[in-house]
Amino acid sequence: MRRFLRPGHDPARERLKRDLFQFNKTVEHGFPHQPSAGYSPSLHILAIGTRSGAVKLYGAPGVEFMGLHRENNAVMQIHFLPGQCQLVTLLDDNSLHLWSLKVKGGVSELQEDGSFTLRGPPGAAPSATQITVALPHSSRELLYLGTESGNVFVVQLPGFRTLEDQTISSDAVLQRLPEEARHRRVFEMVEALQEHPQDPNQVLIGYSRGLVVIWDLQGSRVLCHFLSSQQLENVSWQRDGRLIVTCHSDGSHCQWPVSSETQQPEPLRTSMPYGPFPCKAITKIFWLTTRQGLPFTIFQGGMPRASYGDRHCISVVHNGQQTAFDFTSRVIDFTVLAEADPAAADNPYALVVLAEEELVVIDLQTAGWPPVQPPYLASLHCSAITCSHHVSNIPLKLWERIIAAGGRQNAHFSTMEWPINGGTSLAPPPPQRDLLLTGHEDGTVRFWDASGVCLRLLYKLSTARVFLTDTDPSENLNAQGEDEWPPLRKVGSFDPYSDDPRLGIQKIFLCKYSGYLAVAGTAGQVLVLELNDEAAEHAVEQVEADLLQDQEGYRWKGHERLAARPGPVYFEPGFQPFVLVQCQPPAVVTSLALHSEWRLVAFGTSHGFGLFDHQQRRQVFVKCTLHPSDQLALEGPLSRVKSLKKSLRQSFRRMRRSRASSRKRRPAGPPGEMQAASTKPERTGLQNMELAPVQRKIEARSAEDSFTGFVRTLYFADTYLRDSSRHCPSLWAGTNGGTVYAFALRVPPAERRTDEPVRAEQAKEIQLMHRAPVVGILVLDGHSVPLPEPLEVAHDLSKSPDMQGSHQLLVVSEEQFKVFTLPKVSAKLKLKLTALEGSRVRRVGVAHFSSCRAEDHGEHHLAVLTNLGDIQVVSLPLLKPQVRYSCIRREDVSGIASCVFTKYGQGFYLISPSEFERFSLSTKWLVEPRCLVESAKMKSHSCPSNGNGPGFEKALGPTRNSGSQSDGEEKKPGPVMEHALLNDERVLKEIQSTLEGDRGSYGNWRSHRMAVGCNLSSGGAE
Amino acid sequence: MNRSFHKSQTLRFYDCSAVEVKSKFGAEFRRFSLNRHKPGKFEDFYQLVVHTHHISNTEVTIGYADVHGDLLPINNDDNFCKAVSSANPLLRVFIQKREEADHYSFGAGTLSRKKKVLVTLRDEGLRRRAHLDIGLPHDFRPVSSIIDVDILPETHRRVRLYRHGCEKPLGFYIRDGTSVRVTPHGLEKVPGIFISRMVPGGLAESTGLLAVNDEVLEVNGIEVAGKTLDQVTDMMIANSHNLIVTVKPANQRNNVVRSSRTSGSSGQSTDSTTSQHSLPATHVLQNFHPEELESDEEADIVIEGTLQPQSVPRMQGAASGSLSRANGSTLTHRLQRDLALHGSVHRLLCSLKADPRHSLVLPQGGVEEHGPAITL
Repeated sequence: MRRFLRPGHDPARERLKRDLFQFNKTVEHGFPHQPSAGYSPSLHILAIGTRSGAVKLYGAPGVEFMGLHRENNAVMQIHFLPGQCQLVTLLDDNSLHLWSLKVKGGVSELQEDGSFTLRGPPGAAPSATQITVALPHSSRELLYLGTESGNVFVVQLPGFRTLEDQTISSDAVLQRLPEEARHRRVFEMVEALQEHPQDPNQVLIGYSRGLVVIWDLQGSRVLCHFLSSQQLENVSWQRDGRLIVTCHSDGSHCQWPVSSETQQPEPLRTSMPYGPFPCKAITKIFWLTTRQGLPFTIFQGGMPRASYGDRHCISVVHNGQQTAFDFTSRVIDFTVLAEADPAAADNPYALVVLAEEELVVIDLQTAGWPPVQPPYLASLHCSAITCSHHVSNIPLKLWERIIAAGGRQNAHFSTMEWPINGGTSLAPPPPQRDLLLTGHEDGTVRFWDASGVCLRLLYKLSTARVFLTDTDPSENLNAQGEDEWPPLRKVGSFDPYSDDPRLGIQKIFLCKYSGYLAVAGTAGQVLVLELNDEAAEHAVEQVEADLLQDQEGYRWKGHERLAARPGPVYFEPGFQPFVLVQCQPPAVVTSLALHSEWRLVAFGTSHGFGLFDHQQRRQVFVKCTLHPSDQLALEGPLSRVKSLKKSLRQSFRRMRRSRASSRKRRPAGPPGEMQAASTKPERTGLQNMELAPVQRKIEARSAEDSFTGFVRTLYFADTYLRDSSRHCPSLWAGTNGGTVYAFALRVPPAERRTDEPVRAEQAKEIQLMHRAPVVGILVLDGHSVPLPEPLEVAHDLSKSPDMQGSHQLLVVSEEQFKVFTLPKVSAKLKLKLTALEGSRVRRVGVAHFSSCRAEDHGEHHLAVLTNLGDIQVVSLPLLKPQVRYSCIRREDVSGIASCVFTKYGQGFYLISPSEFERFSLSTKWLVEPRCLVESAKMKSHSCPSNGNGPGFEKALGPTRNSGSQSDGEEKKPGPVMEHALLNDERVLKEIQSTLEGDRGSYGNWRSHRMAVGCNLSSGGAE
Repeated sequence: MNRSFHKSQTLRFYDCSAVEVKSKFGAEFRRFSLNRHKPGKFEDFYQLVVHTHHISNTEVTIGYADVHGDLLPINNDDNFCKAVSSANPLLRVFIQKREEADHYSFGAGTLSRKKKVLVTLRDEGLRRRAHLDIGLPHDFRPVSSIIDVDILPETHRRVRLYRHGCEKPLGFYIRDGTSVRVTPHGLEKVPGIFISRMVPGGLAESTGLLAVNDEVLEVNGIEVAGKTLDQVTDMMIANSHNLIVTVKPANQRNNVVRSSRTSGSSGQSTDSTTSQHSLPATHVLQNFHPEELESDEEADIVIEGTLQPQSVPRMQGAASGSLSRANGSTLTHRLQRDLALHGSVHRLLCSLKADPRHSLVLPQGGVEEHGPAITL
């Protein structure tokens, strides 16, 4: 036993470890949490900033970049420099940062080039330099910065040098205005700043009080000005520069003709689209021409204040048609994609809207303006994620059937190709088809294509229709009649409101060979579903599993169980439920296992576990795991909620009492003294708090701890449970109290399967003396290889397990890994993780690691996530710790709880409610973005003028570059570095040099890298 | 009187099944023999002894000298059997009046020092303890103690808390704090873990070896520096069956003062580890071996459930009573301690000879050896 405490230093093993294991955080899937900046279509690339200071770029599917500001400040604005692979970000600390996409080793990398903070003259108010809008000039060298003070500063790029002589101060503008406009206080902050669509010497400046001037940069004079009576919100300049459209805070927009000869004091046309009652401001407007002549007017906001003031709407008006797209979350920014040809009209073809929780693209060319399904930036959290399940290497047949079922659900999406298509993805095609299943609070299960860089929604399963809920799930989003006003139309999928929290999905188990799926939820419901390519209407058979088994004197105080919908239910093609098992009491299902070959499903709650035969649709057995003293588990969650409320109330009461007493003590006196006196008790209070630090009780775990009966894990195995001569099917269950139950099963042979009942009898019960919760059970065959999944052998996808040698049982508790011999359960080996390191196992999974050098060498090991956020690999069957990487912050409890491992050494965890981070422990199985973006040198006007985005963009079609990784001389640093360090040139160089140093000692690095690529694309699955 | 006892029988006709007994009370000797294979019960033996010495009206304690010359007690059937079976060839029995007996006199090397012990006891010890009746332990088991005194710096204390068979809670709390360390750069404040509270009546308090504000330096040989409070808590709980904590006591006045470094409690001479007192990192847990930890740990219980009743159904003890509830009523149980315990008993029996601190007698009711496993 001693040898396991001392890691051996076998040099050959150390070398092999390097070939097997490597830790990378590869890509973030999902929608950025709290996007705080808009985006700019340039290079056909979308840029999104987040509140935590990250910049993410998205182009064609697979083209992704991420950069992180050193400052942890929110990104407010992002502007691409016209015609260049560069962008400028504005953070909420008023600092500007220049980023560029540089090509290194055949792939582009995003890195920060410099930063700058605008400084005003000494003594100026901070608002003088507070940037409100930024305009990168088409000369590519100048950046115009509008400020709160009304001045427009000019900064030279890329060096960020302030050109003070070119500053357009509000005083200078005032002096050059005609008399009649000068007497009004028209200045204040700059709201809009735009370059003339055709003449780079003219710049439009809009001030918040309603004045808009066109400024001649060379002559330093006002070419023309427009005065509106309302507060200005934004301006759109028509592509020929002859018309200006302004939008205002009262919900109106005006058109102004531009001509330097005649000064027109009144707008050509004023309209208040949702008047006449008071409306909210229109914050951004586009006015775009079409080849047919009828323009598109697209604006944000402007809804009637009283009745629709809380809606987040973008309205599109064209040819007598008007639709107000109604978003479920706040609209951060939007833009319109239009054709690049300068001669023709704008011809907008897509509307891209960044809402707070999702990205919505609307096809403007197809009648009815349908949405386009995004290939990335999926809203994982459209309903809160409650669990996830990963299935590797999906057979093609099942994959196609799921896609077909999902295709029918996506009929309302436009057929338009994804319009944001900049850059080229150089990543090899995904090696295999992987599915990530997420369970949600609203009772849906979403099937995601997790094979590659883009996490794409394939199919959505809703379990709600099996149950009677308060509100009928109505799928029709366009329920409103045609003549409703305003013409609202719900778009997007983000819907955080759950009808019934009991519908929430807690456990998912998919058999990829048979197409059987089991899902279990919050109210003890277990559904078994089968994939059906046709729509069907049938009744779901309902069975109750009484897990208390006549235990007297217990009263469940938690939620009621769900009421099943009686009679036949219509199910669309896809996974259709046929059996519903409802646990009694209806506590959360805490573990689930499905064996599709034996047609059995096992489920466990905090009260016990049961086995259900879904072929014959009858219960095989239930077992109560409760400890008699475990009152908490019996009463259900409600009683704890009550106690929480009670404790909250008590603490409030205590707070009030302490406040009252401190007030009493306060002596009457002058206000200054009062102040001092009032701060004093506060300070002493703080000191008292410091004096009473956090304490932890040291106590051995006892059998009387609550929730010992909580079933944590269930496992089916065909092994030697009774004696060493005959193996039989078995079911294993592990509880929170450190108990493992083993049941021997007798499954009738296939020909009598429907007639003879499945029998089960308890064969073993193991009580781990350290009593830590059992989080994993696994049986290893005679070659110490984990038993294959059901049907894997039948499909010739796995070697049949070795039934000659003796089997071993691995029990993983939160504190220990322990190997027992079978059938006599005697302890053989153990690794005491907690006793040695103080960390506890949170997640464990078996993963197959293949060597990046030797094609045929592969090993099965355990991937382990601890409560400290470390990821470790523990060898099988000797339980030697192999490697350890820190992965998640230990404070990130939800991240640690959400982690899921794949069968090939990758994993996912939530970094925010809406984003999965993907990581890899394997040298061979690595999914990461590799892409190339290059700026074309052609110059032509492309995009429509964008309110506060870049005035106009040079057309930068997606350039295909055939030069791939082979022609690169430099090595691309790992993506982890890309995330964290790429801001720092020096650090990069350092890394570069160390890597080059490594290359010498490791042999030919590049050929190794190439070999990886080949392996990935050949997609050899074990 | 039991037939197996042959009063005052000399060994003129040698019988290999007989054990010669030489019993000593004060200055008087008595000789008799016992059947090596059927020694009988302790009560009968006690009656025999008091009868032969004519001291039936006084309470006495009986001890014997084992093969190592250690004075061990005879106070139940088990250690009586052990004494008889291990006698080679003579069983030397020592009888003391109970009020004179001091159970500390049992143990290693006591026999050789016995005279001195008895003298000191009679001189001052007896006077002091005249009214204090200290009984003999009825069973031997490890108790909480200070260990590794010889290798630790005098400012540190390594405490082994035995919870084994003890219903008391461990009963202490730990907290974060700051401690001052001497570093090459002078004094430095570093975060540390401290004992914050003792539960009244808990094991930690009852031993008197730990106190509030003691700084915890190690848990079972692993330094806690750099670990969080939660990590240390988990480590302690995971080791709670045999918890060894190294502390720097807040009260440094009660430290063990050693006259010389060579006088280790286990009689070890100075080695390389003892010369490095200033560096806590190099400390090894002298009395802590992983093998021993394994053996000290209670083994997992495996219950076999079968439909056919076993030929010899065994159901004993409270443990199976509580477990039978969980099992089906038709199932019979065999409480089986797995291999680990089997090994542990052997190791403990061996350590009985090797380590004087470890004295163990199997519990009453007995552990029956049964093939590779031990069935209770």
